[in-house]
Amino acid sequence: MNALDLARWQFAITTVYHFIFVPITIGSGFLVAGLHTAWYRTNQDKYLRATKFFGKLFLINFAIGVVTGIVQEFQFGMNWSAYSRFVGDIFGAPLAMEGLLAFFLESTFLGLWIFGWDRLPKKIHMLTIWMAALGTLFSAYFILAANAWMQHPVGYVLNGSRGRAELTDIFKVLTQNTALAAFFHTIPSAFLTAGGLFAGVAGWMIAKKRDVEVAKPVMKMGLITIIISFLIVGVTGDWTARVMTSQQPMKMAAAEAAYDTKSNMPFSLLTLGTLDGSKPVFQIGLPSVLSFMSTGNFNGVVEGVNDLQKEYVAKYGPGDYKPNIPLAYWGFRLMIGFGALCALFALIVLVRLRKGNYPTSKWLLRAMISLPFLPILANSFGWIFTESARQPWVVFGLFKTAQGVSPSVGAGSVLFTMITFTALYGVLAVIEFGLMIRTIKVGPEPTPKPGAKDSDVLTMAY
Amino acid sequence: MSLNSFWFVIIAVLWIGYFILEGFDFGVGMTLKYVAKDQAERRAVLTTLGPVWDGNEVWLLVAGGATFAAFPEWYATLFSGFYLPLFLILVSLIVRGVSFEYRSKYGKPEWRGRWDNAIVISSALPALLWGVAFANIVKGVPLKDNGHGVIEYVGGFFNLLNPFALLGGLTTFFLFATHGAFFLALKTRGEIRARANYLAARTGLLTAVLAVIFLAWTTFKLTSKTDVRIFSLVVVVAWVLALGAQRLGRDGWAFLASSVTVAMVVITLFAALYPNVMPSSLDPASSLNIFNASSTHYTLKVMTYVAVVLTPIVLIYQGWTYWVFRKRISATDIASPNEGVLDKIHL
Repeated sequence: MNALDLARWQFAITTVYHFIFVPITIGSGFLVAGLHTAWYRTNQDKYLRATKFFGKLFLINFAIGVVTGIVQEFQFGMNWSAYSRFVGDIFGAPLAMEGLLAFFLESTFLGLWIFGWDRLPKKIHMLTIWMAALGTLFSAYFILAANAWMQHPVGYVLNGSRGRAELTDIFKVLTQNTALAAFFHTIPSAFLTAGGLFAGVAGWMIAKKRDVEVAKPVMKMGLITIIISFLIVGVTGDWTARVMTSQQPMKMAAAEAAYDTKSNMPFSLLTLGTLDGSKPVFQIGLPSVLSFMSTGNFNGVVEGVNDLQKEYVAKYGPGDYKPNIPLAYWGFRLMIGFGALCALFALIVLVRLRKGNYPTSKWLLRAMISLPFLPILANSFGWIFTESARQPWVVFGLFKTAQGVSPSVGAGSVLFTMITFTALYGVLAVIEFGLMIRTIKVGPEPTPKPGAKDSDVLTMAY
Repeated sequence: MSLNSFWFVIIAVLWIGYFILEGFDFGVGMTLKYVAKDQAERRAVLTTLGPVWDGNEVWLLVAGGATFAAFPEWYATLFSGFYLPLFLILVSLIVRGVSFEYRSKYGKPEWRGRWDNAIVISSALPALLWGVAFANIVKGVPLKDNGHGVIEYVGGFFNLLNPFALLGGLTTFFLFATHGAFFLALKTRGEIRARANYLAARTGLLTAVLAVIFLAWTTFKLTSKTDVRIFSLVVVVAWVLALGAQRLGRDGWAFLASSVTVAMVVITLFAALYPNVMPSSLDPASSLNIFNASSTHYTLKVMTYVAVVLTPIVLIYQGWTYWVFRKRISATDIASPNEGVLDKIHL
């Protein structure tokens, strides 16, 4: 492998890993804030215990999200210096805004929340967790706007003499529909992820008959969060698909393994292709559904991979413009599949709950335990799909991934850092998973006795 | 002042914020095992950092992001050129952040001992490496125009380990160690405070010696600018005041003076650089400066609005955090120091 392949692998590893924790953090921040507010309003003990207990799970995740996020910001310059030069005039701005507006908010107010239990007035203290949660939302918005610009560049001109893209309209970059669709698709999936975590943990507690009074409201909250988020994810997913079809038709065609242009295009349920991904061998599909998904009309024409390849050659010059089709095809399906499976399980449990039955059967318990993992898989496959199916472009239509790598960094350096990061991430994953499991087993702490010492209240502190 | 100069100043301000704030974090982290001997003391020391360290680290992220936005060529050349040192800093920051959050979860001495070691090493390494990096930036590194107007780093890892850079690294290492000790003396009571003071008096003198050599080298060998000489002098005066205030037991003044020292060191280095951002040691024409490294006027203007509106707000709420947690902490505040929240299963 050369430096380019290694840099791509490194980016994939660090980003997929980082994004395991990000949606958990975004969603959990709001759910914990909700629990904290419930306690503030009702003064019921169970909500305080739930806030602290789920707060701990939230913080264990937040820690890894933060530290792996630092790598995200610096690896553009380290491994992708040519990319950074090309896009810096545009791409740097949302990144700097993210730091100034979002990261300061999250980190400062989270510090106030963790250590402020006995230092701040109750109401102000509750507001600190809301501020931290708001920070995660800002963060998501800016980074998605930056990513959307790579999917669909707007508000720029090309400066040939400096060999870069230059910003002409920041508002276009921040408000284009690619960014908005991505935001309204990603945020509800973060809620879905956190809903899965909360419902799964609470369901396990109920099945084990541990702190049932704490777990019951949380489970309900988690399940309802999953269902509502899934509905929104579906609607905005549809929006995203249409934006994608008009802006990056090759991506949609790859997602469907649709090789030839057709109207009444079916939505493929299964496609088996030749190994090089150039031709389908066997396909079953839902008639006309893809046409509807991507154009809003069952008779709509959807362009196929082979025709797009010809078009792109005419437009951008000779080259291979086909992404990895099996990866796109399966990434797209697994994203939808895992998300839907999570929502289905949640619905089953919720229906039984309405009849007053808390889950006790072995199978239902297993379904509950899967709830935290299914959305994480859906998130990962979704991003693997959307990033890999943009290839060979890093900035669609303007700049290829292969042009972006740092010329001054050798393959050996990239390999060394990749191995180290991967090993470190592996160790951290084991530790973090162990801490999560142990925290869940330890369960919510009993209510502190009145008149406890200062530091007894520092249950989350160092 | 042109927008390019303005952004040069903003970047300097961000690094000043970063080094004052995370500088004491590093100092406290690397001296943890010396200033705090038992579990109660260690937890007390870490609690002084607890509410603030993450917010302090964001200054680095914003400095990086702002450099990317305002001077993309600087960001690209610096980060790809200083590849391995930055990688070591990143690994340290990853380990450090997790260590703070996870160390006290269990009471087991082996568990805590390992994280304590991690905190010490991952605080010491960046304290050293940032000095190495900045000394190299100021001194100039092998940069070459690749023929298409792109200025790339053409040296290797060992180019970065020259005597001047190592001296810079040792200077920041001891400067941050002392700065951290001043912070602890201000934030703690009892034994911890006494040890922090004892340490500050000693590392403070060592820092003074190293800083004087480093600044003399900078002002006499690297540049002949008058303002650099004046700033260097201010560094020395501020540091003398810090050490004096420490002797008189004025913790607050000592910490303030040492913060001024850190700020003045950054100002001295940036003044030595200006208008370059990365001088080339091979050929002055291959240097990156505030013009050939910068973004367009439009982008700088957009970023100026953002910075002017948001920075004061950030300063207000971050300042408020320090006010909320202004109380001194001592080992006796920690009720059950040997227990971790995950030790016992509640049923």
